[in-house]
Amino acid sequence: MRHLRLLVPVLLLLLAGCSSGGTRDDGRITLRFQSLAWQEESVAANKDLVKEWNATHPDVRVEYVQGTWDSVHDQLLTAFEGGEAPDIIHDASDDLADFAYGGYLADLTDLLPARLKSDIPRRSWETTTFGGGIYGVPFLQEPRVLIADAKWLKRSGVRIPTPERPWTWAEFRRITEDLSGRGEYGVAWPLKEPVSATLNLSLSAGGQLFHRGPDGKVTVRFEAADQVVPRTVHAQIGTDRSASPTTLGSGGSDTLPGFFGGRYAMVPLGFSYRQQIVQQAPKGFEWQVLPAPAGAGGLTQGVSPQTLSIAEDSPHQKEAAAFIDFLLRPRNMVRLALGDWMLPTGTRALNDPALRTAEHGWSAGTALAAHLRPAPAQTVRGYPEWKDKVATPAFQEYYSGAIDIRELRERLERDGNLVLARYQR
Amino acid sequence: MRTGTPARVGQYTALLAYLGFLAFPFLWLVSTAFKPPRELGSLHPTWIPEDPTLDNFRQAFDEQPLLHAALNSLLAALGAAVVAVLIATPMAYVVARRRTRLAKAVTGWVVVSQAFPFVLLIIPLFLVLKHLRLINSVPGLVLVYVVWALPFALWMLAGYVRAVPPELEEAAAVDGAGRLRTLVSVTAPLLAPGIVATALFAFITAWNEFFFALVLLKTPEKQTLPVVLTHFIGAEGVADLGPLAAAAFLATLPSLVVFALIQRRITGGMLTGAVKS
Repeated sequence: MRHLRLLVPVLLLLLAGCSSGGTRDDGRITLRFQSLAWQEESVAANKDLVKEWNATHPDVRVEYVQGTWDSVHDQLLTAFEGGEAPDIIHDASDDLADFAYGGYLADLTDLLPARLKSDIPRRSWETTTFGGGIYGVPFLQEPRVLIADAKWLKRSGVRIPTPERPWTWAEFRRITEDLSGRGEYGVAWPLKEPVSATLNLSLSAGGQLFHRGPDGKVTVRFEAADQVVPRTVHAQIGTDRSASPTTLGSGGSDTLPGFFGGRYAMVPLGFSYRQQIVQQAPKGFEWQVLPAPAGAGGLTQGVSPQTLSIAEDSPHQKEAAAFIDFLLRPRNMVRLALGDWMLPTGTRALNDPALRTAEHGWSAGTALAAHLRPAPAQTVRGYPEWKDKVATPAFQEYYSGAIDIRELRERLERDGNLVLARYQR
Repeated sequence: MRTGTPARVGQYTALLAYLGFLAFPFLWLVSTAFKPPRELGSLHPTWIPEDPTLDNFRQAFDEQPLLHAALNSLLAALGAAVVAVLIATPMAYVVARRRTRLAKAVTGWVVVSQAFPFVLLIIPLFLVLKHLRLINSVPGLVLVYVVWALPFALWMLAGYVRAVPPELEEAAAVDGAGRLRTLVSVTAPLLAPGIVATALFAFITAWNEFFFALVLLKTPEKQTLPVVLTHFIGAEGVADLGPLAAAAFLATLPSLVVFALIQRRITGGMLTGAVKS
């Protein structure tokens, strides 16, 4: 044992000796920018912008750090706790609440220039506003759209919806039923993550689900407007047989082979899936982007934009804010949007001709930008636990036909409010 | 009892089916790595790519520093395997040969230590490593992997030590060999298969590990292969499947090579032990 006691510190010293450690800051300010960009074009756009910044700002060097969407929350939490977080943090608005309330992120209210503040609409800023402070700059977002087999729709003679005249939910249900039969389905719902899909689309029917009382406390109420979308999907799968029952547990990518193979006429997907479709669609396959169905709330739907935040511990918050301002200049925002196949939040970027072209459905998506609102759960504390423990299994069971709407409502409200109450004492 | 031909055919069929079951994910990975995007989106996928391409490999290498990440992984995995074996071997000997309270306590610790999930350990571990200035360094990662692999390595090696008959050591002592001589010349050679198996376990565990590497390594030039592989995966699990499969295929090769090189030693050692007993 004595030898072991000696061996461990010796090994530690040896290992420490091998470590490069230390800072590489040579007198200039060095900022670490952790980006979650992952698609080839998106990574290239981010790296190019960092290079351009470094070329024009010799005193403030930005180091590009490649992060990953997988486990980003745990990775950031550990880095924050250990005081080793990157200066500039790329994330999504629905992941920010705990970090903002936990004091890990800098309040950007006084750090951001007026240009940037006025360029991004208020409804987008709401997604990153927690307790009166702004904890991230929302810069990219994607609506959920219907990607449709253009030839199939044309052949069937159904009315093609436009942002000005979208389908209603009832019309959508009827049309998918008309398109189905002989092993073919009008729609395939990829509902691996049923909660965000249902809640975000439910805004179109006037759904709200989370209700904030005068005391500031949030309760769940699953009312008639909240039930429109779930009832439609449930009926398509269980009653009409117009939605494939096999894609309920699938992610969006998993539905594409069936879509290309002529098994489904439409697939509701995030706007950025177009990149995969362009890559993978067989030659001659014609597809188009259609707006998701509308209800009492029009085309409104919830989104959780991608965000850029600054760590509270960063000693160079002003410089970090200047870099964010550079990264999100209208022209640069367009480059980031094109790289990620998403919509920019900035109004000037959104008007760029590159995003108004009909090619690859860009114009169909930009027409929806004005209808995007913060995802309903955005600022609700305890939402992740409510989603994982209560809502996800409840929605999965409902869509698969294991429980009815009454049971779904009871679980979302009774069990859900118990969870939320713990976070609001 | 002789086995009849039908029974033998049945055995081989079952064995082949089992091998197929084990090899399926790997073969599918290889097939995917050589398929162009359009074949990946096909409703009727084929085992053999109809239009094989190396584009996925090119894209994987263009987009991510795979070779550098592989070198980091290799350093971390080799370091973890060597250090874990160096520490675990003498400990295992003591645990197996001395029936003291400490030996029992160590065995208990081994079992308990397996019950802790990664997430519970990561923040305290991060703070300790930060204090030691070992964050964002491959040696820091090696240290974590050693700590992580040590309990099981110890448990595994202790089993091998118990399999070596103490009578052999006693015989060496009777012939005049000292304690160290006995350990080096008699026990260690008999333990070689166990040491190799333990090193292999530590190597593969470290080679495949993702979460600690993700959290502890901050700069791109330090990242290991499993972390770099996740850069092909986007939000909500959407993946750049072709390059991901190509990179994952390359990432599995070192484990396969290491295993192929030393598996004969492991099985050879086991057989030797069997004949002796």
